Amino acid sequence: MKTNDVILQTATKVVLFLIVLFSVYIFFAGHYTPGGGFVGGLLTSGAIILLLLAFDMKTVEKILPVNYMYMIAAGLLFAIGTGAGALLFNVPFLTHAFTDVDLPILGHLSLHTAALFDLGVFLVVVGVTMIIIKTIGEDD
Amino acid sequence: MINFLILPILIPLVTGVLLIFASKRIMLQRWIAGISSVIAIIFSALLVQKVRVSGIQTLDVSSWEAPFGITLVSDMMSALLVLTTSIIAFLCLIYSFWSIGEAREKFYYYAAFNFLIVGVNGAFTTGDIFNLFVFFEVMLMASYVLLVLGGKKAQLRESIKYILVNVISSALFVIAVAYLYSVVGTLNMAHISVRISEASQGNPPGIITVIAVLFLIVFGLKGAIFPLYFWMPGSYYAPPAPVLALFGALLTKVGVYSITRTYTLFFYHDIGFTHQLLSFLAIMSIIAGVIGAIAYWDIKKIIIYNIIIAVGVILFGVSAMTTDSLTGSIFYLIHDMIIKASLFLLAGIVIAITGTSNLHKISGLIKRYPGLGWTFFIAALALAGIPPLSGFVGKLLIVKGGFEAEHYWGAGIVLLSSLLVLFSIMKIFINGFWGTPRAYNEEDKVPVGKMLIAPVILVIIAVFYGAGSEFVYPYILQAAETLANPEIYIEAVLKEY
Repeated sequence: MKTNDVILQTATKVVLFLIVLFSVYIFFAGHYTPGGGFVGGLLTSGAIILLLLAFDMKTVEKILPVNYMYMIAAGLLFAIGTGAGALLFNVPFLTHAFTDVDLPILGHLSLHTAALFDLGVFLVVVGVTMIIIKTIGEDD
Repeated sequence: MINFLILPILIPLVTGVLLIFASKRIMLQRWIAGISSVIAIIFSALLVQKVRVSGIQTLDVSSWEAPFGITLVSDMMSALLVLTTSIIAFLCLIYSFWSIGEAREKFYYYAAFNFLIVGVNGAFTTGDIFNLFVFFEVMLMASYVLLVLGGKKAQLRESIKYILVNVISSALFVIAVAYLYSVVGTLNMAHISVRISEASQGNPPGIITVIAVLFLIVFGLKGAIFPLYFWMPGSYYAPPAPVLALFGALLTKVGVYSITRTYTLFFYHDIGFTHQLLSFLAIMSIIAGVIGAIAYWDIKKIIIYNIIIAVGVILFGVSAMTTDSLTGSIFYLIHDMIIKASLFLLAGIVIAITGTSNLHKISGLIKRYPGLGWTFFIAALALAGIPPLSGFVGKLLIVKGGFEAEHYWGAGIVLLSSLLVLFSIMKIFINGFWGTPRAYNEEDKVPVGKMLIAPVILVIIAVFYGAGSEFVYPYILQAAETLANPEIYIEAVLKEY
């Protein structure tokens, strides 16, 4: 008998965006409230795993043609780069800097290089989780 | 530049990341890894010189002042160990080019290799106990990968044991740090030392001695001292030669370094108990190692048991706590890193030629491979500590320190162990290299000439290290003075203290 996942797949299409939005919110909220790169990354990979459950591996690879190994390396480069940027200004490694910006639509923002470091963490977490799940999933 | 001392950590880290991008292009990987490790050697040598000229270097990472942020500290001991690590890493790397094989190289071998070096250099440089734990994990994760990479049956079996032991010891490490943190309320090593000496005015509280013993168990599991070395002979038997050389030269030495650091910086108030225990365990390690080394007829096993002997000798020097014996320990530590790396690489060549490490099945190698034979001979003499070579001065100072501290029987055992070390290593030379040559599998030609480059350079370094000990001595003495007088370290880290 051919199974039909129409309910699961339709629900996934709606829920997926909620999870991704929530993970982005958690990621940006990290500085002032609980959250940050690690949970944000886990939530995002949770969303992708939901896609994997509802569809199959090939479809997901078509939707998200990402090499997760490069994603890990890119995340590490972000994190190291934020730290090593300090070397250019001859201050200790990982010294962060921030600035307050008033943007037309977004309003008053304080941009901090720690967010870039967190972006590195985010990418590494998503990459590592997806690599683990995909490698085990593809293994016969 | 204030960030100078982070470069030996940063360079392999960036290299490891870049190598992930280049994972399928082997020649590119070799060039990137080779060039970056030469750069790392240059910067570590400059760092040693800088510490020599202007004292202990510290870096408050991310500009938070000493007890509150992570501080990286390069005193002479850690700078010398970082330099030795960089040199050994480079030589193991070029040895890997001709021996490790494409299948491994395409599967992130060089990336894992560089991450291992990040962990080792970081563990030597950090001035924060929890950061030390993190660098231990970086190093161990990379070593798990290197141990299992290739997927042979023995490797799979031994990595299960190795990971199990190390996960348990890491958990113990976290528990020990938690105890220490709840007693002293700080994680910065210099600040811990200050708080412990404040707490133990006159009479140290028992809990600190308990924590000292707990740290000894943790680092003893990493560094393979007497009752805790059980995992090592099996686990180190599994990986291929360049990985084994890295493990044998670097991993256990990080444990030894951590014991030395904690027992000279933190726990020097109740020497009667902690250091007596340490010296007892060190002597037992020597005995256990010697028994193993003379019992086996297997090249790798003999050298692996020699690691345990060396760990015992170094820690015996540390436990005596005189400037002489500490100097000897550092001398011997660096000598042992160099010579163990070269012996494992040479054993790797012998195994590549003969296809076995069983001494009963090897003989007469020196007829066809005289270069290999004589290099092994010099390395063997250096290991045993024959005077002009590198093992001599260290052991001499350790024995002298032992006599000064009135550990007569301990010092006697250290002396006697040299004889048995010489016996065990000459057993390899006499049985493997002398005798009638045998025919070995000639079909897959081994590039012996190229593979010999790395161990020969290491042996040359060992010879110069021994013959030029006059030149090296002031550096080592400076390292030992910092260990013997923790105030120097504390003042360098906590400036206003």
